Amino acid sequence: MHGKALRPGLKPLALATVLTLGGAYVLAFFYAPNDADQGFVQKIFYLHVPLAICALGGFIAGGVMAIGYLRTGEQRWDLRSYVAIHLSLIFAVATLITGSIWARASWGHWWVWQEPTLVSFLIIFLLYACYQPMRFAIEDPERQARYAAVFAVVAGAFVPLNFLAVRLANPLVHPRLLGSTGSLPPSMELTFVIAMVGMALLWVTLWKYEITAKQTSMQLRALKRRLAERAEMTLPAPAPRRSSAPRPTPAARPAEPVEL
Amino acid sequence: MPALPLHEAGKYVAGAYIVFLALILIYVAIMAARLGRLQRDIVELSELVDRADLGNDER
Repeated sequence: MHGKALRPGLKPLALATVLTLGGAYVLAFFYAPNDADQGFVQKIFYLHVPLAICALGGFIAGGVMAIGYLRTGEQRWDLRSYVAIHLSLIFAVATLITGSIWARASWGHWWVWQEPTLVSFLIIFLLYACYQPMRFAIEDPERQARYAAVFAVVAGAFVPLNFLAVRLANPLVHPRLLGSTGSLPPSMELTFVIAMVGMALLWVTLWKYEITAKQTSMQLRALKRRLAERAEMTLPAPAPRRSSAPRPTPAARPAEPVEL
Repeated sequence: MPALPLHEAGKYVAGAYIVFLALILIYVAIMAARLGRLQRDIVELSELVDRADLGNDER
């Protein structure tokens, strides 16, 4: 396969991700001290918080890419936005599960409905969970891309607003992290920053990986269609049919819906 | 709530990291399966092109 042409820069990116993320978790377990208050269970922090930040950042990035589609009408921006949201949704699932496990270990409950941070994240997750069903409920590819882009922009704008609202609300049990990393000891802070960079690299690697796969698949399908059309043109014309029902000509044949 | 002892906390920490790893592995496995399908499609396409070339030569 034309690996090098299809995946420019993917290999070094994947390598950097493995090294950074692997290094971060080695530091988390062998360098960063145990938390004085929570003990060993606080190690989940180095996984859960970068996951949450990447998921929310990815949703916003999906919105920004959707603006690119609405401005230019180029299909590649729609694909980028779709993959960003799809990937962030997976990161959000991981955030919810790891957060629940941490909550059970620290607070004794899997979920606390009174905590604004948890509930707001769940709202964002459920909002984006509607993105794919909404998208694939529309058959026309052009309309599908346009509506999905509008959804991504509106929902992407909701993410920072939601974040601000949560910051203004009174926390119940969930600590507020951003803006207060200075309170972490330097060893914990360094580990957290490396874990954050590693998680961001993982997001970018997987995003690029999925985009490459989808673009290749689309190119291949287009190539197959062209080849089939060429084969049809070289074949001798078929005998006239008895039925008077119109047959679709190559030009009038409906476009195959773009599966993203 | 007081900090859990190591043998108790270890289960939760391992659980969280295993869930993360499992999710990433499932994602990569799905993508690998799709890439496998793409590879099969490319083989099929090359066969089609070969056949078309052969047909042109015979003509």
